[in-house]
Amino acid sequence: MDNAINIKLRIWRQAGPKEKGGFVTYELQDIPTDTSFLETLDILNEQLVEKGEEPIAFDHDCREGICGMCSLYINGHPHGPATGATTCQLYMRRFHDGETITVEPWRSAAFPVIKDLMVDRNAFDKIQQAGGYVSFATGGAQDANAIPISKVAADEAMDSASCIGCGACVAACKNGSAMLFVSAKVSQFALLPQGKVEAKRRVKAMLAKMDELGFGNCTNTGACAAECPKNIKLSNIARLNREFIGAKCSD
Amino acid sequence: MEENKINTPAQPVIDSKIPEGPVAEKWTNYKAHQKLVNPANKRRLDIIVVGTGLAGASAAATLGEMGFNVLNFCIQDSPRRAHSIAAQGGINAAKNYQNDGDSVYRLFYDTVKGGDYRAREANVYRLAEVSNNIIDQCVAQGVPFAREYGGLLANRSFGGAQVSRTFYAKGQTGQQLLLGAYSSLNRQIQMGKVKSYNRYEMHDIVMIDGRARGIIAKNLVTGKLERFAAHAVVIATGGYGNTYFLSTNAMACNCSAAMAAYRQGAYFANPAYVQIHPTCIPRHGDKQSKLTLMSESLRNDGRIWVPKDIEDAKKLQAGEIKGSDIPEENRDYYLERRYPAFGNLVPRDVASRAAKERCDKGYGVNNTGQAVFLDFSEAINRLGIDVVRQRYGNLFDMYEEITDVNPGELANEINGEKYYNPMMIYPAIHYTMGGIWVDYELQTSVKGLFAIGECNFSDHGANRLGASALMQGLADGYFVLPYTIQNYLSDQITVPHFTTDTPEFDEAEKRVQANLDHLMSIKGNRSVDSIHKELGNIMWDYVGMGRTKQSLETALEKIKELRKEFETNLFVPGDQDGMNIELDKAFRLRDFITMGELIAYDALNREESCGGHFREEHQTEEGEAKRDDENFFYVSCWKYNGDDEKAPTLIKEPLHYEAIKVQTRNYKN
Repeated sequence: MDNAINIKLRIWRQAGPKEKGGFVTYELQDIPTDTSFLETLDILNEQLVEKGEEPIAFDHDCREGICGMCSLYINGHPHGPATGATTCQLYMRRFHDGETITVEPWRSAAFPVIKDLMVDRNAFDKIQQAGGYVSFATGGAQDANAIPISKVAADEAMDSASCIGCGACVAACKNGSAMLFVSAKVSQFALLPQGKVEAKRRVKAMLAKMDELGFGNCTNTGACAAECPKNIKLSNIARLNREFIGAKCSD
Repeated sequence: MEENKINTPAQPVIDSKIPEGPVAEKWTNYKAHQKLVNPANKRRLDIIVVGTGLAGASAAATLGEMGFNVLNFCIQDSPRRAHSIAAQGGINAAKNYQNDGDSVYRLFYDTVKGGDYRAREANVYRLAEVSNNIIDQCVAQGVPFAREYGGLLANRSFGGAQVSRTFYAKGQTGQQLLLGAYSSLNRQIQMGKVKSYNRYEMHDIVMIDGRARGIIAKNLVTGKLERFAAHAVVIATGGYGNTYFLSTNAMACNCSAAMAAYRQGAYFANPAYVQIHPTCIPRHGDKQSKLTLMSESLRNDGRIWVPKDIEDAKKLQAGEIKGSDIPEENRDYYLERRYPAFGNLVPRDVASRAAKERCDKGYGVNNTGQAVFLDFSEAINRLGIDVVRQRYGNLFDMYEEITDVNPGELANEINGEKYYNPMMIYPAIHYTMGGIWVDYELQTSVKGLFAIGECNFSDHGANRLGASALMQGLADGYFVLPYTIQNYLSDQITVPHFTTDTPEFDEAEKRVQANLDHLMSIKGNRSVDSIHKELGNIMWDYVGMGRTKQSLETALEKIKELRKEFETNLFVPGDQDGMNIELDKAFRLRDFITMGELIAYDALNREESCGGHFREEHQTEEGEAKRDDENFFYVSCWKYNGDDEKAPTLIKEPLHYEAIKVQTRNYKN
């Protein structure tokens, strides 16, 4: 609590999906630097409510970097200036006294704004529904140790599976592509024997759904991986491409 | 205090429907004799599942696979975000892959003992029994559990056990298990068997002829109330930890669905059993919105200590020295000292109280005096930093991001001994063992209403062991409810699909709307959060880790005043057209207030210490919890009396132990 800063927040406000939005600037005094960024928004909202105004709508839930609910484009970066962290893991010690911080929602055709900083990411669910699973019903499993899986493959699958589905990759991409998101799921299953059986069907179905929902294409600029709060690697996209070409060739 | 007097009328008999036979055969017997619904009839039946955490998602997916029509609701923007996702450490199962003497019986025994002999034997045995199926299930889904170089699954140990039975996926086990359940759920959504409603919040349960037949839910985006009908309603809406305002729960976690069930006549069981997790990052200023948990798995290699010398503690509190300045011989590893057999791996309630005991005596190590050290120096010196980072690297990074201190960093060398930065930790509200009362079939005392996962009370007694929450959520959702609900539905097959155009639905919607209108119309001066924080402070100060008759009576009085403040001085901005996040929070806060009272009533009634419930009047000379099996060997079931301001009625479900001898919990030797 030794340090506190004064800041200006330039925040995107938009009453609804069809309304016209715009930036509104708010000044905040004496924000302790060990406050999290979202707690700073809480403080601002509390002040707005006290004045009888409507608080700023933003998505957040677990506040420990795992649920993927929080979004926010802060000073031109999804999840703000810190690397490998979500917005909820961002602390005010990253900012300096007197700074103006610009806060926007994810901007992508596939993620329409619901209100203020909140967007609709339902398209991600739809891509998963298209094939992000192993087709298998409860109760029919064999013993968990029946199929040995190399530690290397399991660890790599785990790294891919760490994706939290926040959409930062789409927001960071100039094409609004969801390739990193899709490739993370495709990779997890491609690396494990359980996922191999229906790998071809999966990769085609998930990519087709991605295209259908208005996400852009990948031009390998790598902004997605650079901004990913979970450090999902670009090599997942290479694996996705390989899986897809393989699947198409065997059609 | 007259109005706080608890009613204990002539006891109605509580039928927990525990099957006949020895404990090890009960579940097999049940399954052999229960009624089933044939495949053609399943598609005639609709089931509402509220919640998409481990319990909700796994239940919705499995019921869909079986052929029922499922309507599944979540308050987040996607089912994948439910708070189960934040569980770090792991999931228990009795696989005995490590050949260290584990068995179904041992997992059962450890869970009952860990719960301080306040859980139902039959439920816990079933939980241990299906634990192995869960691991098989998750591996088949493609959950990337940690593995050994030989390709088989790895395990680690957790508090309250002397075997390694915990399966894990880095420090993100909850995430991976939830994404597994979410993937199965997605498959059912794709196949049209599950209809998924995101950003919806259940506001009430609709009763028709004494059975739960639907819900009123609010579309959080449009602000409109909507009606949904079904043959049965399952709530899987998690615990009530956020009653304390600051907890490790996610911001949207709330107890409103459970309170709706309670107001419809479902008993609320053992609300006083609240788990305080020993390894959370200590509190800082008053702007804090939540507490962050550091996985209990850290206690495998981390050693918990405070200074031996009070002067050192004072210097730490003043910021004059750091933990790494204190040499080995001046450190008090108080858990290892008090509990040699289990050491740093004692159950959570024991570890939490021990931390409080040291801090209350003035040995706290940060500026607030409310923190102890968790130190990895010994582990790093023994295993090397690479191995330690491989195990806990993501947790170290998370800790650094929040506190600006890296626990793996070499900080000092004293007499050739290397000392690394320790973490600071302190207990925080984490999990609630109490919940909606359910019978063996997971049905509440309201017909057709089921409760699963953390939302019910059934398996953890007075304290939950680490890595058992994930186990219970998935056990209920994958392997228990999908069977037991059929016993209820088997005579419902002739009941046609419902319309929501009935007087009961009209009535329920009107009730909810009136409540929302009331919240909007108060137009006072206080924000929802300011009142919620006040409730949290009352709960933590008077109904927290150490409770007394006096503190609980004070709490009840203060909560009453706070309810008055809420009802007369709340301010909710905006209107009901479209999204109104303050209104949503106000709706939840009304229920947290009632919940807070319920916790205090139960804690006041339970004149003993057990598990997460510690009454300071009831402790041994050594400061350990003192149970009273003669008078309190029962589940407290609280019945609503028609008005939030009226004290609830206590009904007792006596516990019967057949397989396990009830004894004093001992983690010393």
